Amino acid sequence: MKLSELVTGIEAVAVCGEQGLAEKEVAGAYVSDLLSDVMGRAKEGEVWLTIQTHPNVVAVAVLLNLAAIIFTAGHEPEEQTKAKAEEEGIILLKTALSTYETAGRIYQLLTGAGRA
Amino acid sequence: MIQRFPVAGEDFSAAGEASSKIKNILRQVGEDAELIRRVCIAAYEAEMNLVIHAGGGEMILKLDTDMVEVIAQDRGPGIPDVELAMQEGYSTASDLAREMGFGAGMGMANMKRCASEMLIDTEVGKGTTVTLRFKTGKN
Repeated sequence: MKLSELVTGIEAVAVCGEQGLAEKEVAGAYVSDLLSDVMGRAKEGEVWLTIQTHPNVVAVAVLLNLAAIIFTAGHEPEEQTKAKAEEEGIILLKTALSTYETAGRIYQLLTGAGRA
Repeated sequence: MIQRFPVAGEDFSAAGEASSKIKNILRQVGEDAELIRRVCIAAYEAEMNLVIHAGGGEMILKLDTDMVEVIAQDRGPGIPDVELAMQEGYSTASDLAREMGFGAGMGMANMKRCASEMLIDTEVGKGTTVTLRFKTGKN
């Protein structure tokens, strides 16, 4: 699934890298606020749901080749985080939906589970 | 080939840059994607330990025909009990580091899992050198 389709489904807006949404393919998702956990388990092409908003999240996304970082529950990335993401070409998204709801919708979108 | 990257202590915003440079070099020399992924994870954890625990240090990348070596060297406080430090969940990170999502006690375990070989040379009050070796399969 393209990132642009997913963005609509989770009521997200792009904070950084909007021009890349239509091309970026989403392989899956990972949810965690512990950076070592993300480093150890998230895979290339996945989106990462977190409420950690400091610049180091960009380093994690770069090293793992993640498709995007999604800040959930209305969390806003810090200015430095945005600047770093621009510099590194990492897509940042934000949504007002809770982490639970965001993850649930992504799961549905990617697997088709729970569709009537 | 040997390359050295200085890492500043307590500078969380720049942390990860040395690992990022290592990643770019490995890409340029055409290493396998899965190997790069393993090196990146381990290098990032080692770099974060320099930032969080050691007051900074140096990351060294050595490329050989059949081996990638990443060395994290510091003159920090040293590790009093290596076995305990290797235990998943054990951490001595500051509250600030924990609030930022570091210090989950998973770093050393991540390094060990990703590397083909991991050596720790440490002395309390003197510093620590962590050597991470990755077999490349190229001969």
